[in-house]
Amino acid sequence: MRLEPRLRTPLWLWLAAPVAALAGTLVITSLLVAWAGAPVTRAYALLLQGGFGSRFAWTETLTRATPLILTGLAVAVAFRARLYNIGAEGQLYAGALAAVAVGGLHGGVGWALPSSLLFALMIAAACAAGALLLWVPAWLKLRLGVDEVVTTLLLNFIVLLLVSAMLDGPMKDPTALGWPQSVAIADALQLGKLIERSRLHSGLLGALLLSLLLAALLRFTTLGFEIRAAGANARAAAFAGMPVRTAIWKVALLSGALAGLAGAVEVAGRAGYVTLDMSPGYGYSGIVVAMLAALHPLGVVAAAVFVAGMLVGADSMSRAVGVPTYIADVIVAVALIAVLIATLGVRWRVRWR
Amino acid sequence: MAETLDLLLGVPFWVAVLRIATPLVLGTLGVLLCERAGVLHLGIEGIMVAGAFAGWLTVYHGGGLWSGVVVAALVGMAFGALHAALTVGLSLSQHVSGLGITLLATSLASYAYRVSFPKVDSPPTIQAFTDMSGWLPLPVLNEQTPLTLLALVLVPALAWLLYRTPLGLALRMVGENPEAVEGQGLSVARLRAGAVIAGSALMGVAGAFLTLAAFNAFYFNMVNGRGWVCVALVVFASWRPGRALAGALLFGFFDALQLRLQQAGSGLFGLQVPYQFYLMLPYVMAIVALLVVARRASYPQALMKPYRKGQR
Amino acid sequence: MARVGSLSASPAAPDAPPLLRLTGITKRFGDLLANDAISLELKAGEVLALLGENGAGKSTLVSILFGHHVADAGHIEVDGRALPPGEPKAALAAGIGMVHQHFTLADNLSVLDNVMLGTEPLWRLRSERAAARARLLQIAQRFGLRVEPDARVGELSVGERQRVEILKALTRGARVLILDEPTAVLTPQESTSLFATLQHLVASGMAVVFISHKLDEVLAVADRVVVLRAGRLVAQMRASQADKAQLAEAMVGRTVAAVARERGAAAASATRPLACTLRDASVHGAQRRLLERINLDVHAGEVVAIAGVAGNGQQTLADVLSGLRALDAGTLAIGGRALPAQPRAWVDAGVARIPEDRLGVGAIGELAIWENALLERYVSRRFARWGVVRREQAREHARRIVERFDVRAGGGLDARAATLSGGNLQKLILGRALTSPRYRDIAPTLIVAHQPTWGLDVGAVADVHRRLLEACHAGAALLLISEDLDEIFALADRIAVIARGRLTEARPREQWTLASLGLAMADAAAPANAPLALHDAS
Repeated sequence: MRLEPRLRTPLWLWLAAPVAALAGTLVITSLLVAWAGAPVTRAYALLLQGGFGSRFAWTETLTRATPLILTGLAVAVAFRARLYNIGAEGQLYAGALAAVAVGGLHGGVGWALPSSLLFALMIAAACAAGALLLWVPAWLKLRLGVDEVVTTLLLNFIVLLLVSAMLDGPMKDPTALGWPQSVAIADALQLGKLIERSRLHSGLLGALLLSLLLAALLRFTTLGFEIRAAGANARAAAFAGMPVRTAIWKVALLSGALAGLAGAVEVAGRAGYVTLDMSPGYGYSGIVVAMLAALHPLGVVAAAVFVAGMLVGADSMSRAVGVPTYIADVIVAVALIAVLIATLGVRWRVRWR
Repeated sequence: MAETLDLLLGVPFWVAVLRIATPLVLGTLGVLLCERAGVLHLGIEGIMVAGAFAGWLTVYHGGGLWSGVVVAALVGMAFGALHAALTVGLSLSQHVSGLGITLLATSLASYAYRVSFPKVDSPPTIQAFTDMSGWLPLPVLNEQTPLTLLALVLVPALAWLLYRTPLGLALRMVGENPEAVEGQGLSVARLRAGAVIAGSALMGVAGAFLTLAAFNAFYFNMVNGRGWVCVALVVFASWRPGRALAGALLFGFFDALQLRLQQAGSGLFGLQVPYQFYLMLPYVMAIVALLVVARRASYPQALMKPYRKGQR
Repeated sequence: MARVGSLSASPAAPDAPPLLRLTGITKRFGDLLANDAISLELKAGEVLALLGENGAGKSTLVSILFGHHVADAGHIEVDGRALPPGEPKAALAAGIGMVHQHFTLADNLSVLDNVMLGTEPLWRLRSERAAARARLLQIAQRFGLRVEPDARVGELSVGERQRVEILKALTRGARVLILDEPTAVLTPQESTSLFATLQHLVASGMAVVFISHKLDEVLAVADRVVVLRAGRLVAQMRASQADKAQLAEAMVGRTVAAVARERGAAAASATRPLACTLRDASVHGAQRRLLERINLDVHAGEVVAIAGVAGNGQQTLADVLSGLRALDAGTLAIGGRALPAQPRAWVDAGVARIPEDRLGVGAIGELAIWENALLERYVSRRFARWGVVRREQAREHARRIVERFDVRAGGGLDARAATLSGGNLQKLILGRALTSPRYRDIAPTLIVAHQPTWGLDVGAVADVHRRLLEACHAGAALLLISEDLDEIFALADRIAVIARGRLTEARPREQWTLASLGLAMADAAAPANAPLALHDAS
């Protein structure tokens, strides 16, 4: 079996590929649903309904999608430059901690600064924390050639332990009973709700805006040009005089900042404080989102909504027919592999020897 | 200070070291086999979870402990076959394929567990491996389970395979210069796929150790990054089985140390440190290990480079 | 040098059946006809030399013989038995052994490991290393090849590595040994010892196919000589009856160039300012000098060509003159100024660089055509304002290049560059290099073109030559690094030959003849380790 590059890819193939992938995914996962003893079509119907079937479902899905968009963007921009940032989870928590550190001082009163300024500082601190965290593995890669996959991964565990230590110690909320949580940020710093009596907050708007900005960055700016060129063919980019290393540095800082921002947005938009379980793996799901979106910022929004819808729908489906919520993770994982294979079919033609 | 020293000299400490090191030895050997053949395998974290679950489930349903181990190995091999198909067959990115497998294996195992046990407050337990004090006279070793013995035996066995058999030579070659292998009439694809599948079997067994020997039930998050540590340890070991054992033991040492220090509550040489910093130690150590060997590592030359037949 | 072939102890009996027979071998790669109905015979105890320039089809032919490729037509017989095509295993079993142009050795493993690969059944529980070592030393002894079984291949010299490759073939019982450019990076002493080895091999009844550029050696070593040119077998003669000039002419041939430099242009440019000056320039490689004390002047409006068999330092020279590599000794001035080894500085200084590797270095396949056109100049104020790319100007620029240089892009400016054919991609790269953003038709100061027409069809070649000469008329200096003598003779005012990192004096074209140039090139060393001559051996 040989693979031959296709000279031109017809448009229908571009669109058909992800659709075929998703169809294949649902067929495969239907076996698992059947194993759980649930009627397959009803289960899928409930899944879709739970994720997208009502106003409430949509608010839940979009709420969950918000951090996924941000981590998805973080991973997408890094992977574009061939910087495999698997540390988005840790960067998210670091950002969350930094946000609380700036916004939750002195019992929530903070410094004597106007809230808008404080808010900006809080966001900036979160971005800086995430960026700094990715800076270490990036440095190790560019200077010493250490593979960034393992270093970013291991840092996730280290950061989570650091958060735990902070929550037990310096940043502990003395008034909270039960699970450890951090001090809360000032009320004025929390994000407003987009829709009354729902959990959907204005962070979504920020995420959408950022995806547009990132798409514009990649398509229209010189930095975006450098990122795409260096990621596609670093040798040719260097030959043409592009500053490849500097471009990768900038990508690392941008990616880390986005993941850190995800943490801050979660804090400011949801609970207002940090807990150990505030992220059900948003950093790792961001990788899936980015891959499903073929690393395109606008695609990230669609992919994030899909993944979030699956997660939310699975929750409600599980309560109704007793299929475990993990089905959502399985669907997402199978979808990832299916999309990978399908994208291959778009670019290459299979020749049987 | 004296308490710390006391701690280090006691037998229970070294028993713990060996016990903690066992899954790492198995996992690292698995990754080592794949990488020697030139394939990066980031699916180990997921395969360990799947292996842990599959092995445990087999025993829960009445199978023998060793059947559980075999099932775990088979499950590992199934995921390994998928990884081989994606990376060797379709030349997909080894990074992404491995990560996809980790996600898939973890979610499948979690799902399967929940389907099998919908409403449980605490995880059901099984009768795990007992230690070998009944028949093995050696200290420290006799308080280990047979799986540890298996791991220790596999180290020289794998070394033998790699360095003293024709198959091992072919595997090493395929990771250094695939063209040389094709030029001698051997199939690069089959060798690589075989290495990945065999390595994945070891990863599955590493996971099974956790549920069948170290603990006796399946918890979510029980692997907790051990798979990634194995990936780091392979680099630290310069892709040599003997050094892999040394690295795993070193890691086990730090992990056992931080456990004991936490329990003793006496602090590190008298200093009071939050327990999380102890837990961090092993991961920090893994990163430092990577740093230390980064420049010097003579890695398999064809690692992560997909081989397309006929491309000259 | 004594003729090895004539000293063989057991010369082949004249009517013995041929050990190896190829009949009508034809192979196409897309549009390129690599082998055109080639038929050959080889007898035991004979040394056959395969002569031809790069791209003549020699490597393809032996690859087919060894099973790396399958011929489109024709068949091969070993000892009268048909050889199954496309299987190295079958070739090995039939006794065909090959010492590849780029060694297939694992640097991290020992000599013994490399030799033992594939010699034992895979499922044996224990490698018989001691026996293998003894056998290796025995064979080595027999053929006079000094070797240390436990040495790490990565630490061996190139000559020693080649010995290991030969031993690999001998251990598998080869009866026909194919050597692809074996004396490429060998020192004269190592070459001599190789010939002694071949003498031993042939004396024991083996047959040898020896691919080379080096006419001296070919005549010294071979019994028969076969010349390939453009995929066809153009000449076949006994070595004793051949002479060097005759062979050089047969190798290189001569076709009338479509585009030629007019005479007299050379004289005019000698008085113009210096565009590029190299004085005593040297670059040190890992094991030896890649460039050794190069002296070169190129004037504005002049065409200086550097001829030579690939791998003698051309890539290093091109890298230095593209701003990718710094000199270790000596000076380099462009337009009178020294430049740092940063490609951006060279682009800004008006150096137009046309790299040899189109898709790997010259363009980014994933990006659109208009983006590739923008690759070098995207920072100029014309194309970027406040960090934002000015797409209209960039696309306009690309459109001008595509029109002026006749780049046929089926998908338009937005198509991926990878969809362009080789010729069109080359025209795009050329256009990008030769077109300044200010559109005042200011020619670049210096054009560094490395193999600009490699792999292109006749029409595209003529196009490229025309553009290059146009730029020279407008005042650019052209430094052409090429292996194509037709091209060099058509375009050059002065010609220098590069050999083993050293450059001859750049003499006017009239002072060279085809034969003298071919000889100068052929006396140079061609590297054994260069895949399609893309890198210099070091």
